[in-house]
Amino acid sequence: MENEAGALSRVAGLFSARGYNIESLTVAPTEDPTLSRMTLVTVGSDDVVEQITKQLNKLIDVVKIIDLSDGDHIECELMLVKVRALGKNRKEIKATTDIFCGRIVDVTDKSYTIELTGTGSKLDAFLDTMSHNTILETVRTGASGIGRGERMLKVK
Amino acid sequence: MGAEDLTGAEITIRCLQEEGVKHIFGYPGGAVLFIYDELFKQNKVKHILVRHEQAAIHAADGYARSSNKPGVALVTSGPGVTNAVTGIATAYMDSIPMVIISGQVPTPAIGLDAFQEVDTVGITRPCVKHNFLVKDITELAATIKKAFYICSTGRPGPVLVDIPKDISQEKFKFSYPASVAMRSYDPSSKGHPGQLKKAIRLILSSKRPMVYAGGGVILSNAASQLTHFVQMLNFPCTNTLMGLGGYPATDKQFVGMLGMHGTYEANMAMQNCDVLIAIGARFDDRVIGNPKHFSNKDRKIIHIDIDPSSISKRVRVDVPIVGSVSNVLDGLIKLLMASKEKPKQAKLKSWWAQIDQWRTRDCLKYDRKSTIIKPQMVVEKLYKITKGKAFITSDVGQHQMWAAQFYKFDKPRRWINSGGLGTMGFGLPSAMGVQFANPRNTVACITGEASIQMCIQELSTCKQYNLPLKIINLNNRYMGMVRQWQEFFHGNRYAESYVDALPDFVKLAESYGHVGIKIEQPSDIEDALEEAFKLKDKLVFMDFITDQTENVFPMIPGGKGLSEMILV
Repeated sequence: MENEAGALSRVAGLFSARGYNIESLTVAPTEDPTLSRMTLVTVGSDDVVEQITKQLNKLIDVVKIIDLSDGDHIECELMLVKVRALGKNRKEIKATTDIFCGRIVDVTDKSYTIELTGTGSKLDAFLDTMSHNTILETVRTGASGIGRGERMLKVK
Repeated sequence: MGAEDLTGAEITIRCLQEEGVKHIFGYPGGAVLFIYDELFKQNKVKHILVRHEQAAIHAADGYARSSNKPGVALVTSGPGVTNAVTGIATAYMDSIPMVIISGQVPTPAIGLDAFQEVDTVGITRPCVKHNFLVKDITELAATIKKAFYICSTGRPGPVLVDIPKDISQEKFKFSYPASVAMRSYDPSSKGHPGQLKKAIRLILSSKRPMVYAGGGVILSNAASQLTHFVQMLNFPCTNTLMGLGGYPATDKQFVGMLGMHGTYEANMAMQNCDVLIAIGARFDDRVIGNPKHFSNKDRKIIHIDIDPSSISKRVRVDVPIVGSVSNVLDGLIKLLMASKEKPKQAKLKSWWAQIDQWRTRDCLKYDRKSTIIKPQMVVEKLYKITKGKAFITSDVGQHQMWAAQFYKFDKPRRWINSGGLGTMGFGLPSAMGVQFANPRNTVACITGEASIQMCIQELSTCKQYNLPLKIINLNNRYMGMVRQWQEFFHGNRYAESYVDALPDFVKLAESYGHVGIKIEQPSDIEDALEEAFKLKDKLVFMDFITDQTENVFPMIPGGKGLSEMILV
């Protein structure tokens, strides 16, 4: 999209006005400062997804769209999770974090804050290994996506 | 064009002049004072002062619909914008090209709940094609140029430019860009050649074809191509409410308007055709009725539309063609003329026989001997007196449907009504815009006593500018369409649909300096109309006291299919 004030509002407004569902959304400027790139995850039937794509294309600020789920792509999401870490649990939690290739980015005598990246399902799996009363707080960015190999979203 | 240092207000006016804008409809206010000052100092762009911002937008709307030029309006910040929103949404729903310039509080005050501040861009975002807030004087001219470009290309629509007051005072070198290229906006125009060929094959093999043409034909200025296309094929043609006039209604191949209040023959043909050619129409819910009932796996649909999101939105189509109606029809006509094959005449003959049989139902008949005025008769007499050549605007409701059914439009851009949003109050202000765009033509507004009161203050504007409109008020003392639904579906419980405490419309018109006439006898209708239309320089308000019990037929009730019409 054009990196203009209001571009994000237009997309969000389109979804809410037409009753489409936004599961997650992440946006930031690209290597071209006049352009931002948004990755948006939505769920719907083929007909609905087709309409969503057409409606998004209509927006004046939107330059180009691809549906990544149409082909091979990589999805990556970042999560920060603060867990209660006491006594014996501290070693357990550190071990689990290593297994998931996470990093502990904050430490107190009672808690760890763990940074984890990967697909949505990997992050879900990590949370599943923690028992409910261990997790104090989670924050997720939503998935960013990119096509594999030569498959590119490029603007001339 | 040499570069000069001008204020934002001067730049704005210069941009309008560069775009060839002759008329701007508006209402002043604090945030636009500098722009009004510049308007005052020149005379290339004529400003028309309305009495309510909603009317300014409707007037610009009527101007655009009747002239193929974008309408232009100027409103102030805050309540000026919020008053304009109804008009903007009306234009958006019917895809009308229009540029609305709104004032805004000074940039340092934005977001601080300033006097007469609203989030204009936020409020109008869902009902404009696009909008801009100009925060930098260096971008003002290019923004206005972009606004005109966006509003009138691709699928047209209203574009709003919000100009803060301090920007209108800042100075900058003016130079109007020759063109604006936008990488994110490049509307496609010609149809895909492969799709065109597919469409021709379907057309030539059809046994029960139907052409369904809508507002897109008018917006694309393709009425003559449509007429040529339909006549060379000898196919039946129907128009939507927005498409009336796209095909000559007096021609024998016209089967009438289709949809919720369309003719029996049009709806039956639409339901039973085997190849449907949809041209500049969007399969609206008022047209197709119940989508499950409408869908038919034996029917193949060709859909020509400039907006890809309109295609297969409500109904799956078989041959989508994205492009302007005008270009695509040109392409199809060329292919048809070059083709050695012709449509199967024997099959067409029996299809026409079936359609003629449906026509015998005479679905629009009404009691012509009634001693109370029938609204249908007023429209028929109006058609006769104006020889079918007037520009007709309408408000919303039963009178709108009778106007569409009984005034036979042979030319495009003569029928001006709010189809998509159905805005009561549209009729009178849009008629003002139509008269400015067509100063030498007869303009009449068919309205109801409920609708006309919504923008009645515009009678003052009409007096100021001596607009000789003819207002045909079909006065049944009810909100007719609401009453009809309450009669059919809510056990005759007429909740809040009775229009109480009506003014004496004759006295009201006279108080504004116009001519008012009240007509109560059917035998007086024609003479009254003749007298009124002879008054070429006066606005005449004609209050016809009509039959309260009259209903619009045919009618497809909500949730029912095209062939499940209620008939008279």
